[in-house]
Amino acid sequence: MVMIDPTKEGRFGEFGGRFVPETLIPACEELEEAFRDAWADPLFIEEFHRILIDYGGRPSPLTECYRLSEQLGVRILLKREDLNHTGSHKINNVIGQALLARRMGKSRLVAETGAGQHGVATATAAALFDMECKVYMGQVDVDRQELNVFRMNLLGAEVEAVSSGSRTLKDAVNEALRDWVGTVENTHYCLGSVMGPHPYPWMVRTFHHVIGDEAHEQCLKLMERVPDVVVACVGGGSNAAGIFSGFAGTEARLVGVEPAGGAAVGRGVPGVVHGMSSYLMQDEVGQVQEAESISAGLDYPGVGPEHAYLSSVGRAEYPSVTDQEVIEAFQLLCKTEGIIPALESAHALAWVVREAETLRDQVVLLNLSGRGDKDVDQMMEVLGTDNDQ
Amino acid sequence: MNLKSDVGRMETSLRAKRDGGGKLLVAYVTGGFEGWETAVEAAAAAGADAIEIGIPFSDPVMDGPVIQEASEIALAAGSTPASILAAVPNLDTGIPHAVMTYYNLAHNPGHERFAATLADSGVDAAILPDLPFVESGPWREAAAEVGIETILLAAPTTPDARLPELCAASAGFVYAVGLLGVTGERSTLASTATEIAHRCKTVTDKPVLTGVGIGSPEQAVEASEVADGVIIGSAVVRQLLDGHGAEGVGELVASYRTALDAG
Ligand SMILES: Cc1ncc(COP(=O)(O)O)c(C=O)c1O
Repeated sequence: MVMIDPTKEGRFGEFGGRFVPETLIPACEELEEAFRDAWADPLFIEEFHRILIDYGGRPSPLTECYRLSEQLGVRILLKREDLNHTGSHKINNVIGQALLARRMGKSRLVAETGAGQHGVATATAAALFDMECKVYMGQVDVDRQELNVFRMNLLGAEVEAVSSGSRTLKDAVNEALRDWVGTVENTHYCLGSVMGPHPYPWMVRTFHHVIGDEAHEQCLKLMERVPDVVVACVGGGSNAAGIFSGFAGTEARLVGVEPAGGAAVGRGVPGVVHGMSSYLMQDEVGQVQEAESISAGLDYPGVGPEHAYLSSVGRAEYPSVTDQEVIEAFQLLCKTEGIIPALESAHALAWVVREAETLRDQVVLLNLSGRGDKDVDQMMEVLGTDNDQ
Repeated sequence: MNLKSDVGRMETSLRAKRDGGGKLLVAYVTGGFEGWETAVEAAAAAGADAIEIGIPFSDPVMDGPVIQEASEIALAAGSTPASILAAVPNLDTGIPHAVMTYYNLAHNPGHERFAATLADSGVDAAILPDLPFVESGPWREAAAEVGIETILLAAPTTPDARLPELCAASAGFVYAVGLLGVTGERSTLASTATEIAHRCKTVTDKPVLTGVGIGSPEQAVEASEVADGVIIGSAVVRQLLDGHGAEGVGELVASYRTALDAG
């Protein structure tokens, strides 16, 4: 199978939909129409890809990890989204949405951000396209991702710390939605993952499809076959959806790794929040629970609806890893390959390390969704500065 | 006028008053907030025509700071849908009750079960602001099955093409969202408030009430020149947050009642 398009109601199987206040329904419809129209327009697609190449630095390389592979007994290939402009895969989606916003005549972007990577990417696009930009970020994340807050300010964006609820990504999404309810006439909500109301999950995946397409071609060139396993971390699930979409039609095993403290798919309870029906961490009456992860970008109690669907039909699997396993994987990649990964991306590696025995001699393609510069401060606190193991 | 038998208590009651020439006043109170039951009774005694009882949700996307804060306090105090609904049968108000909450709290137990719980608690209607008309079919059906009226929101952005259908599907009344934005008092009445009420009135005979943004009795009067009445929420809840309790709520509701009756 390949990744399916959603139904006209925005459903992937039973998941997805458009569960937002009535005020936003017309904006979602307008966006869907604009996206369908743009994606059928060769000039739009050409401009999108040209910017990703000339400005974003695509294609991102495929890196063979010789030392790490030898150590784990698993052949590991990294798709280097960390080398994109702004340091993560997020730029693909943001360039696409900024182009769409311009096409719809909207001059202001709002975004939510967890780790700050999506906020930085949105602020970057806003600068590039001369748009006003406001980014909502949970107070907890503002504190642990200080550097990214400053980067957004440098780029001319206003960052608002959100101190309601759990003060993390989930609450930043609420606040961005509230902003949009009030400003929908001139503002585009630049949502940062394959979540939210239709058409976002589908549209964001489409903008990240380039990751999977490139990786597929690079794998064929390198070894004349596709990998045995494709693995990526999952917060909302955009980097995973991007790389999965290049391999869903192959025999490759698809693995999305969630943090133990934010395992929405792992717990498998359907729910509705942030405009979508999906799997959702919630208590016994339906209050949304607070995720708890070392990585701000994965600190999210929900997951994109297409991942809920892929899990429910058995096409992809969604194991989880602990913060401790992530810290170890983070260090391992630094020391064996000279690459400092984002803590989010280190989740994918943590799973490979744990499963090295069962993956022996297989080829694993790992989506290295971002670089770890933003996490260095936090890791300094976790490891101490005199760490020399 | 011959009402169809499937018209519920909320609509029947509001229509009767509207058709008698009165302007309608609905007051929202956050359930589970300390003293909410007496606040509800005070609002009824002060002349509200119906009550909306908020069941706090962890992620209230349609609510501004005042109702968000009250919801967080109520949740932190341990209130649950069950604890709030258990108190409804004992409320001495004599007027219809709606609950206002978010869709996941209906989705989690399942439509049938949640609707039955509402009906068993003496609730007449439900408002789920994150369940828009286009997604509301299955819930409305389950709710109607046990006599719960689903009040739908019509927004300033709702296109003309959808409005008649939306108003026809709404039960209890039509909730005309007065502005582009979330709940919270504003210092002036948005022009969108009268526009959307007018658009609704031209396509439906059901009571049309304007809510979101109403910040003073004067604005309520202005809005009601077109609409059949208003919903006040944040202004009421602010009385509770500021420590004025049921007495403050009663005085506030009375001031709106007096203004609306004077026209
Ligand atoms: C580097 C990186 N990877 C992954 C994620 C998680 O997002 P998603 O699951 O949408 O790929 C983030 C989010 O902030 C991120 O910064």
